Amino acid sequence: MMNVAAKPALMAVLLALAACARPAPPPAVPVVDPYASIGGGAVFQGDLAGGTLGAEATVQYFQNTVGDTVLFPANQTTLTPEARTVLARQADWLSRHGAFTAVVQGHAEETGTREYNLALGARRASAVQEYLVAQGVAPGRIRTLSFGKERPAATCSDESCYTQNRRAVTVVTEAGPGA
Amino acid sequence: MRPAFRFPTTRDNEAAMFRRSTLAPAATIALALAGAALLPAGPLLAQEAPLRIEITDGVIEPMSIAIPEFHGDEEIAARVREVVADDLTGTGLFREIPIASHQVQPASFTEAVSYDDWRAVDAQALVSAEVRQMGENISVRFRLFDVVSGQPQGDGMQFDARAADWRRAAHKIADQVYSRLTGEKPYFDSRVAFVQETGPKNARIKRIGVMDYDGENILWMTDSSSLVLAPKFSADGRRLLYTSYDSGFPQIRVMDIATVTSRPLTQDTGAMAFAPTFSPDGRWVAYSRENGGNTDIWLMDAATGAQRPLTDAPSIETSPSFSPDGKRIVFESDRSGTPQLYIIGLEGGEPTRISFGAGRYGSPAWSPKGDMIAFTSQVGERFHIGVMRTDGSAEKTLTDSFLDEGPTWAPNGRVVMFTRVTPGGSGEPRLHSVDITGRNMRPLDLDFAASDPSWGPLMP
Repeated sequence: MMNVAAKPALMAVLLALAACARPAPPPAVPVVDPYASIGGGAVFQGDLAGGTLGAEATVQYFQNTVGDTVLFPANQTTLTPEARTVLARQADWLSRHGAFTAVVQGHAEETGTREYNLALGARRASAVQEYLVAQGVAPGRIRTLSFGKERPAATCSDESCYTQNRRAVTVVTEAGPGA
Repeated sequence: MRPAFRFPTTRDNEAAMFRRSTLAPAATIALALAGAALLPAGPLLAQEAPLRIEITDGVIEPMSIAIPEFHGDEEIAARVREVVADDLTGTGLFREIPIASHQVQPASFTEAVSYDDWRAVDAQALVSAEVRQMGENISVRFRLFDVVSGQPQGDGMQFDARAADWRRAAHKIADQVYSRLTGEKPYFDSRVAFVQETGPKNARIKRIGVMDYDGENILWMTDSSSLVLAPKFSADGRRLLYTSYDSGFPQIRVMDIATVTSRPLTQDTGAMAFAPTFSPDGRWVAYSRENGGNTDIWLMDAATGAQRPLTDAPSIETSPSFSPDGKRIVFESDRSGTPQLYIIGLEGGEPTRISFGAGRYGSPAWSPKGDMIAFTSQVGERFHIGVMRTDGSAEKTLTDSFLDEGPTWAPNGRVVMFTRVTPGGSGEPRLHSVDITGRNMRPLDLDFAASDPSWGPLMP
């Protein structure tokens, strides 16, 4: 005997299964999430890459959920409390996904000379590396690199963009077999 | 005493990337044109006081100069004449008297000068020249006259060159005129290395080129496959040092300009290397080496690759530039808390701070004469190119903009070229030059964005 809430869910599953048999991609199908508050809904967006259990072990997950970027105040290379929070998550993720290595890319805003900004970006990248290592990530898994002001995240010429450009981005890569 | 002028190294003006044409061996000439027909009718009394522009900090009145049509083969003569005129007027020190207002059109190069006719149009100086083309070669003769005192200023000269090098022949003439009228060393026959920038601001594509000082005869040194930064000429003009990301990490490479071949000078995967520069004798490469987040100045023996740190501090040390005698280096360091300029001897030790003005100082460049340092300064939200003496005195601001940086000296030390960047998402860099008096700020005539100029030596 089926309760009222479960019935549409089953229908959604059946619809989804039926959709699999068709060549065309399924339309977004509303389902009732049994774990959500009453009346809440969820929209099926497609399968998670690598399956449900492996979903965390992706570059996308690291970028979007863990957070790959930390920001710095102007002319500063010390980590803010907010940056430390992000880096703690990065360290935790790296600890749990030993197949990944990381390159920390340091950046600077456009004001400042090219070569000084290269050095400034290197300091920022190194500050991130040191923090990750202090959190238990093996030093050999992290390299650093600076782009100075060569690769801004935002291109306007005021503080709203400079804030985004004074950054260090942790780029993770899954080491191939034999690497 | 006159130097021999040679044209050994230029190449095809339309050279495609990585291609070079071989050239005939140097044609040489430095020939005084004697000949009684050229002797002036006027008095010779001004020999001790030649016509001369004094370049000072005050406002100057440009010297008026007449450059009538060059004689000889019309088409090439007209082109050479135009380059000579552009070189001279481009300095801001000369005002050309339009040909339309000339009262005489000399019939030949050897015709006697009628000074009164040139005085009548207020010409102070007169350039007369003849250009002949003989197959693959051209021959250019020129004379300079002091109209005020009515006599030749210096001997006539002849330059022979490959026809493809006609612009260089024109620059040589303009250099002679400039030198004789200013008392300064010449600089028109020189080249500039630079970085061309294309693509959006957040994904710039950069490649290194070498061009004549006026933006002509561009030769591409790298393709656009990897990020490249800040080329620096060797003192002999044959090589470039630059920073490349072609390994994924910034490392120093050296480029042989004639063959367009490069090789890495550093390949240390654990340390970034950037901001390289040659010593004047080519023996040393000073550069920034980053390890564990800390950047110091290092010296590398260019022949053996052996290297040692010149500075050892937890602060950032970068942008080294050698003194002309090769014994000292000026560089940028933030050891005081903000970026400032310091000088250190090649033997090491404690550097001496020389910048004490308001703001932040960077990218210093030691002048060819040895007496001045050009630099970038940032005061508040504005950037400036400035110059100061090597002891930090007599600081002078030459420019003011949203973002100016990276001065490089003309070989005679009279002009600096630098990068000016416009703000905003569509902002882009352009090369500009300015006289060290602060006058005559002008953009280089290039139809693309460019940055990081490095002015090479006067060509032989």
